[in-house]
Amino acid sequence: MSTTEDTTKTDDGAWHGDSEGLKEFTLRLRRFDPESGKAPYYEEFVVEMEPHRSVLDAILTAKDHEDGSIGIRCSCRAAICGSCGTRINDKPGLACHTHLSDALDRSKDGKITVEPMGNMPVIKDLIVDMDAVHWKKQQRVTPWLLPQEPLPVKEHIVPREAMVDVTQSMACIQCGACVSDCLSMEVDPLFIGPAALAKAYRFVGDPRDSRHEQRLTDLANDPHGIYDCTHCFKCIEACPKGVAPMNQIMRLRRIASADHDIEDVNDGSRHEHALVNHVKKWGTLNEAQLVPDSKGGKLHPRSAKEIASSVSVIATALLRRKVTPKTALIHHKNPNQSEIRRIYSEIGARDERLELNLYITQPDEPEAPGDQDSSHEAQIESTGDQSAVNTPATDRTH
Amino acid sequence: MPAHDVLIIGAGLAGQRAALAAADAGSTVAILSKVHPVRSHSVAAAGGINAAINPEDDWRSHAFDTVKGSDYLGDQDAIEIMCSEAPGEIMHLEHIGVTFHRNDTGHLDLRAFGGASMKRTAYVADITGQAILHVLYEQLMKYHDRVDRFEEWFNTSLLRDDSGRCVGCVARNIRTGEMRTFNAKSTILATGGVGQAFKPTTNGLICTGDGMSLAYRAGARLMDMEMIQYHPTTMTANGFLITEGARGEGAHLLNAAGERFMEKDAPNKMELASRDVVSRAEQREINEGRGTGPLKDSVLLDVTVVPKNRVLEALREIVNLGRDFAGIDITKEPIPVRPGQHYTMGGVKTDINGETDVPGLYAAGEVACVSVHGGNRLGANSLLDTLIFGKRSGQHAAAVAGSMQMPKISDAQLRDDTRHIQEIIDRPKTGRRISEIKEELGVSMNQYCAVFRDEEGMTKGKEIVNRLQEEAKTAYIDDRGTVFNQDVLGALELGFMLDCSEAIVTAALERKESRGAHSRTDFTERNDEDWLFHLTVSQDGEGADAPAKLDKAPITFTQWEPMERTY
Repeated sequence: MSTTEDTTKTDDGAWHGDSEGLKEFTLRLRRFDPESGKAPYYEEFVVEMEPHRSVLDAILTAKDHEDGSIGIRCSCRAAICGSCGTRINDKPGLACHTHLSDALDRSKDGKITVEPMGNMPVIKDLIVDMDAVHWKKQQRVTPWLLPQEPLPVKEHIVPREAMVDVTQSMACIQCGACVSDCLSMEVDPLFIGPAALAKAYRFVGDPRDSRHEQRLTDLANDPHGIYDCTHCFKCIEACPKGVAPMNQIMRLRRIASADHDIEDVNDGSRHEHALVNHVKKWGTLNEAQLVPDSKGGKLHPRSAKEIASSVSVIATALLRRKVTPKTALIHHKNPNQSEIRRIYSEIGARDERLELNLYITQPDEPEAPGDQDSSHEAQIESTGDQSAVNTPATDRTH
Repeated sequence: MPAHDVLIIGAGLAGQRAALAAADAGSTVAILSKVHPVRSHSVAAAGGINAAINPEDDWRSHAFDTVKGSDYLGDQDAIEIMCSEAPGEIMHLEHIGVTFHRNDTGHLDLRAFGGASMKRTAYVADITGQAILHVLYEQLMKYHDRVDRFEEWFNTSLLRDDSGRCVGCVARNIRTGEMRTFNAKSTILATGGVGQAFKPTTNGLICTGDGMSLAYRAGARLMDMEMIQYHPTTMTANGFLITEGARGEGAHLLNAAGERFMEKDAPNKMELASRDVVSRAEQREINEGRGTGPLKDSVLLDVTVVPKNRVLEALREIVNLGRDFAGIDITKEPIPVRPGQHYTMGGVKTDINGETDVPGLYAAGEVACVSVHGGNRLGANSLLDTLIFGKRSGQHAAAVAGSMQMPKISDAQLRDDTRHIQEIIDRPKTGRRISEIKEELGVSMNQYCAVFRDEEGMTKGKEIVNRLQEEAKTAYIDDRGTVFNQDVLGALELGFMLDCSEAIVTAALERKESRGAHSRTDFTERNDEDWLFHLTVSQDGEGADAPAKLDKAPITFTQWEPMERTY
């Protein structure tokens, strides 16, 4: 029943059809027909395939042989076109980029459950309305280059590293996997979100763009902008192309706050400074001080207002013994504070900020131990780019 | 009913470039695509784009390489235009934001590619097509008030008025099932190739020859359809493409004995000979028992000879492909590859402005045959083709539209198409499944119209195509709905692929010589005396059953006489 291209053996025992053999897989697809008037339901299809084949191959086999009405967008089958973003056993990703064997390993009930992506309305079966969410958010970040006029006669002369750097966000295939599982977007549907903000970095990190400051001011002051990200790493885990959207958001923040001194109305920049200063001072976070410090200090009118509005929360915390007056007022200091101070002074002494960019690799970087023998499974588990992670390097931005 | 100066069908590189060019020229523009534009198959173009931008290079050298690569079947006036306009187009792309790789001085870096006499391929890692496509889409978003986008609309017919002029199209909104006519002064086809008529293929599932078939049905000639490119390095495991950029960066091809067999075929260019030459050499090694693997059906692509950091920087996508789809770390071991269907050199015959035989109808990109690729396309010339002729079509269509009234259309075709779709949906489940026919078509075309061909095989192939055309008339689908009924679109796509396949096999049977990608074991030599012309295929009469008719079309020569082709 297989419609597979004939897969063949290789000398070294890499994946191939014959020796690996066919195996039965049960797909559990979430079906939804908007014309039926019925609620979504799950339908099972059993397909027989080689375990290294993709979940998309299995769905297409079911579609070809059993039910042509199964709805899924797809084209390239090779993780390039970004069409087949879905949730497989609760994990967002591309159906073409997920092996059946891996999907089964993650399954709790021995079945491979495939559902449409989250945070976007479902149109039919596994097809979601990306226009309503994903593309609308892209349009929000002014997603085109605004170069300095007049244009050069030939190409812009720009550092090699800068182009490789923005190529990381250009590697985004707009599949929506990061949007699907963005926790901030679940809470705040207006959050610009990981994909669109990674797109924004593609311009802010591009030396040819002439509006870095305007872009950053806009994104910092938008209540649904760069400071709306809660740093949960979900988008980094979801991304099949190693774009690491959250990292791009953090870089936008650093450039906004450290390079352009943008003080945003959301207190995002002050909040970050407060955090940094707390750790420098105490080695730990001082919760009682954090709010006033994020507002510009205890004596600042903004703080008074914030503290006044927080009185009931503070009172409840005290009553329920979540905090005591002692722990609230006398902050615990890290015993190794001198070590922490040393790190601060070392970083502070640098002429320019060094950023860990896992996308750029350097020639003289030694290979990480264990790379040679790491299994395919382990590499595929990591949705980031394993090869690049093993050879981290730093680059200079701005 | 939408009415625009210029209607573009297909939103890959050619379509988007045409839309931007027409909008820049002041036209009202609609761009319609059966998938979201960034899903278009241009996204898969990996290696780069050719242009003579090195001060030591000359566009004439690029043009000659292209003419030679085409095995002298390319039209030299069109090739001169493409190559001379290439550097300007690259600079335009750079200016609108493409993140081309730079060299140490901050200028555009160039990599080596097959069939080229010097390094002239600009690139973005090995995601060049993706990078350009996404940047063009950024521009389309910028032009949102000037270009109307109809994303996920499926084109079912071209509209012609009484004079025979193309005045728009009929399309189905995939999301809602709504059928609508689109009225336009000029219509540009940019729907890509027909790789899905072959199995395996490097092409996406959407590459089903829609525009070729629609133009053919509207009376346009298809040209050079026998010229099907088999890419030398597709993964044996699954048919996926490994970019020619790998060989451009220095990777070797080895047979089972570990020999670099390209020494025999191209002692100078070795692995960087033209694609047809390399694919034939590989197929010969395999056919003569020097292939690797238990089935001896592969050769080995050895990327380990390229420095690892360069691989990770410039070829990271194929590192991922090897790891994720074949379980091979290409930085540590060679990967089994073989020739696989990749590109249709032929297509709708156009002139240098993209105009087809049908007034008001243009074609650009893989759907078109200008012809700049002739018998064999050079790597990294396809992106260039899409952009140059997309731009020229858009500009020309806009200029024409400026001086004419909006033509009148009737909705007879709309009613016909609506009825036809309903007829497919209502078919009883007595015939074959659409997917079965598609499978048989792909396997047969790949068997009989592959790297090496002969009369006997192609005759069989033609019989199969003709039988499948009959079977397709009663083939059934499952989906009875209107929202995202991909099933019924699959039935229409099958019809497109069958039209194209018939044209391919008809032309291939006719050309009794070996030229470019068309390599016959019963006529092994190139024969300039008898076959130095294009073959065209058109529909003999009206209606779906009209047979294919063959004709000749002259090749345009400007400055290069046919010579023996060695690499």
